[in-house]
Amino acid sequence: MSTPLLDIRIERKSFAGATVLQNLGLRLAEREIVSLLGPSGCGKSTLLRIAAGLERDFSGRVLRADGAVAFVFQEPRLMPWLTVAENIGFADDRDYDRERVAQLIAEVGLEGFAEALPKQLSGGMAQRVALARGLYSRPRVLLLDEPFSAVDAFTRMKLQDLLLQLAEHHAIALLLVTHDVDEALYLSDRVLVMGSRPSGIRQELSVALPRPRDRRDPELARLKAEALTELHLAHAI
Amino acid sequence: MTTKSKPLPAFAGLTWKTRPDAALWRRRAKGLAIPLSLIVLLEILVGIGWVPAYQMPAPSEILLTLRELAEGPLWTHIGASLARVLGGFAIGAGLALLVALWVGLSREAEAYLEPTFAGLRAIPSLAWVPLLLLWLGIDETSKVVLIAIGAFFPVYLNGVAAIRNIDRKLVEVGQMYGFTPRRLARRILLPAALPGLLTGLRGGLSLAWMFLVAAELIAATKGLGYLLTDGRETSRPDVVLAAIIVLALLGKLSDGLLARLERQLLSWRDAFAGQGGEG
Repeated sequence: MSTPLLDIRIERKSFAGATVLQNLGLRLAEREIVSLLGPSGCGKSTLLRIAAGLERDFSGRVLRADGAVAFVFQEPRLMPWLTVAENIGFADDRDYDRERVAQLIAEVGLEGFAEALPKQLSGGMAQRVALARGLYSRPRVLLLDEPFSAVDAFTRMKLQDLLLQLAEHHAIALLLVTHDVDEALYLSDRVLVMGSRPSGIRQELSVALPRPRDRRDPELARLKAEALTELHLAHAI
Repeated sequence: MTTKSKPLPAFAGLTWKTRPDAALWRRRAKGLAIPLSLIVLLEILVGIGWVPAYQMPAPSEILLTLRELAEGPLWTHIGASLARVLGGFAIGAGLALLVALWVGLSREAEAYLEPTFAGLRAIPSLAWVPLLLLWLGIDETSKVVLIAIGAFFPVYLNGVAAIRNIDRKLVEVGQMYGFTPRRLARRILLPAALPGLLTGLRGGLSLAWMFLVAAELIAATKGLGYLLTDGRETSRPDVVLAAIIVLALLGKLSDGLLARLERQLLSWRDAFAGQGGEG
C-alpha cells in the first residue's frame, strides 16, 4: 500500500475537561472513500476538523500528504455577496481561473447559474456550489461534514451520486462524516462506526461492492443491520 | 459512473420580475394620502378662520414665503448649513469607521479603547456645546466639531456591532483557505459587515442634521438654524415653517442618496421586503 494521504493518530481530545475522542487512528489511502458514522455528539465532526487542521488543540498527530485538503461544510457557507462563479473561485480572489470555474459549474450541473447570487439558489444547488468550491483548489482529499443532511431525501440521493462522480473524475479521496447509515454504506469503501463519548472507532465495515451500486442491494441491507447492531451496542440508539 | 445529474431549470425564470408602473404609482399615492389631506384640511381651517393665521399660516402662504426666500437669502443659508453638515459628517463618520474597524477586528484595541468610548458615549452630546464655545469660539470650527461628535457614535456603535455579528461560519471558510488576517478582512469581514456599517452611516447622517440645527440655534449668522431663530424673533411662523420644510427636504435627500448607495452595494442581501398585495 502506498503512503496514505492522511494519517491521523489521536491520543486524546477534550473540550472543557470532557474527553471527546480517545485512542483513535485513521488512515486514508489515495482515492479511498471512508465514512465516519456515529450518533451526534460522538466527536466525528471534531475528528474531521482535526483532519482539516481547523482544530489544533489535541494530543496526537496528523500527517497530511502534499497537496490541498479541502473541506465541505454541513451548510453551503457561500459568501452571499459573491456570484456562484466568484464563490467557486473564492480561493483565488478576483482573478480566479474562469475556465476551471466554468468547467466545475458544468460538472455539478449548474450551467447558466454562474452569475446567480446564493439567495437565488435552492439548498441542494447551494451545496453543489460548495462542492465545486471545494474542488476548485485541486485537493487530493475532500473532507465532508454531513454535507447533505439539510436537503430532502431525493436531492440527497442525487447529490450522493454527484459526489461519487466527482470523486471518480478528479481522482480524489473522500472522508465523510454522516449519521445516515444508508449514505455511509452506499458511498464508502470503508465505514468506521463510532460510539458514544469518549469515542474511538468501534468497528470497521468494509463495503466490497463495485460501483455503481444498487441502493436495493441485499448486501447493503446486511451491512446496515451489522452497523445498527454495533450502534445499538454502543448505546448510540 | 453512469449516473448523471439532471440539468437544472434555466436561470431565466428565477430573475426578478419587472414591477408594473401602475402598482408603483398606487403605492406612492398611498404614501401621499395622509400628508396631502392634512395640507388641504389646514388650508381650509385657516381660510375659514378657525385657526389664527398669525400662529399657523396657511400652506399656500408658506409656499409664497419659500418662493420669496428662494429669490433672496435662502441659498446662502442652505449652502452654509450643507457645508457644515457635510464637513462634520465626513470627519465624524470617517473617524468612527476607522475606530470601529480597529476595535471590531482587534481584541487588544477593544480592551484599550472600548471603555473610553463607552464613557464618552454616556455624555449627552449637546453637553459639549459650552465647552466647544469656550475652546473654539462661536465660528465654524465649534459647529463642525459638534456635528462630528453627533455623527461619530451611531457610526462607531453600528460598525463595531456589524463586525462582531459576522457569521463565524463564514470566517471559518477563510481560515480553511489559510487567509492572512488582512485578506480575511478584505475578502470576508468587510463585505459581511457592510450592511451594519451602512446602517450606522445613515444614522450618523441623520444625527448630523440634528446637531447642525442645535449648533445654528445657539450661535450663527447664517444657516437654516439661524433662519429658524430669525423667524421666531420676528414673529414669522411662516419663515420658521419654511426653514423646517427645507431641513426636511435636505435630510430626506441626503438620506435618499445613502439609501440608494445601500441598495446598490447590498443587492445580494436576501432580506424580507414586507408583505402585501402589490409589494
